[in-house]
Amino acid sequence: MRERDDDLSQCVEECEIAVTVNGNRHEHTVPVRLLLSDFLRHELHLTGTHVGCEQGVCGCCTVLFNGEAVRACLMFAVQADGMAITTIEGMAGVNSELHPIQQAFREKHGLQCGFCTPGIIMSVHAMLHEHPDPTEEEIRHELSGNLCRCTGYQNIVEAVKLAAERLRLQHMEVE
Amino acid sequence: MKPPRFRYCSPRILDEALVLLDQYGEEIKILAGGQSFVPLLNMRLAAPAYIVDINHISELHYFETEPDYLAIGAIARQRQVERSVLVQEKHPLLVEVIKHIGHMQIRNRGTVVGSIAHADPAAELPALLTCLDGEVLAQSMHGERVIKAKDFFAGYLSTTLEAGELLTEVRFPWLARQAGWSFIEFARRAGDYALVGAMAVLTPALDDTCMSANIAYFGVAGSPIRARAVEQVLIGTQLDAHTLDAAAGAARDVVGEDMQDVHATVEYRRELASELTRRVLKQAWARREQLEGAQ
Repeated sequence: MRERDDDLSQCVEECEIAVTVNGNRHEHTVPVRLLLSDFLRHELHLTGTHVGCEQGVCGCCTVLFNGEAVRACLMFAVQADGMAITTIEGMAGVNSELHPIQQAFREKHGLQCGFCTPGIIMSVHAMLHEHPDPTEEEIRHELSGNLCRCTGYQNIVEAVKLAAERLRLQHMEVE
Repeated sequence: MKPPRFRYCSPRILDEALVLLDQYGEEIKILAGGQSFVPLLNMRLAAPAYIVDINHISELHYFETEPDYLAIGAIARQRQVERSVLVQEKHPLLVEVIKHIGHMQIRNRGTVVGSIAHADPAAELPALLTCLDGEVLAQSMHGERVIKAKDFFAGYLSTTLEAGELLTEVRFPWLARQAGWSFIEFARRAGDYALVGAMAVLTPALDDTCMSANIAYFGVAGSPIRARAVEQVLIGTQLDAHTLDAAAGAARDVVGEDMQDVHATVEYRRELASELTRRVLKQAWARREQLEGAQ
């Protein structure tokens, strides 16, 4: 039994992690079973990342993990060690001006209760980064990973179209 | 909806993982993309004592072309394969299949090999591996085994992988140059598991009759099903209306008697299998490349 303890000694129940969230570095000791979504909400108090189903279906907990949209409820905080995460709190500018995607959702009324909105904004951010000029069909397809039970998606699609247009313009001006 | 307690480690090299698996295989579960496994933990349908996270084993992070197949390592994400220009060009069927898995957020994390190891009978990739007669590579402290798809899937969420073995690579054979292919699944909502899915690869002979056919289904039984009876109907024909009727009829039998659940009855799934067969055969045959000298 001695040998057994030695070999599995690297298997831990708690772990020290250093995660960069929205540009800020955080060092925490976390239980290994802590979900990334709960780490963001309960340890860092970034409660904009919502938790709906905790089985990867609803999309409310979508965050950017090294730039890619992922379900925070299907990862452990320990897996974020050394990684960069962006949450909805990281979207607005330094003076709290809304990100163009957020502004478009506001103008087009792309939400009612708002529970699904943070996850949708993060997904849309990743989508528009990869496809700056999506068709309506592509937008609807990419939104299929986020459930909204209020709006019927029509205004969400309109908001994404507006956001895409503004981001393309912004991008052209920068160039 | 929180995972039960477990102990965790994330080795950097493959041998470390294999040593752990060799000694404590029965108590260990492997974490790769986690897109099926973490929900099982959250729902407490799985409660392993130890979780070995293989995401940091960089030697498993690859996909590369071999003469006979595309080899995909255990940590290659579905989305990386989907985005690869090389794979899009050389294995378009694989890319089409991957696009139907979950949503982009799932595919960003989910691995190709993990989906094979999970062996969900309603999943796309195990059916593709079955359709193409693909292989997997299992490694352990005592060596490695190459296992054919038909010998690998062993019923609902079960494989013939042994305790102590790690699934490190999956091999998707290339299609013949002249082969036509098609993949269609029927799901109630985008991204859901399909009620039934079907795929076909048809290779024409010089006289433009069907020389070989690979037809497979998922969502119809405890494992993905290769439908030899449907394939036999097609060999030597030019897929005329009579042949399509016969194939669509034979496809009804691939649906297991116990495939009745809240989503669909057995009879409904049989109708789906039959209709999807008709559609994939038409599309695959239309995509074939007629050889020079074909009549």
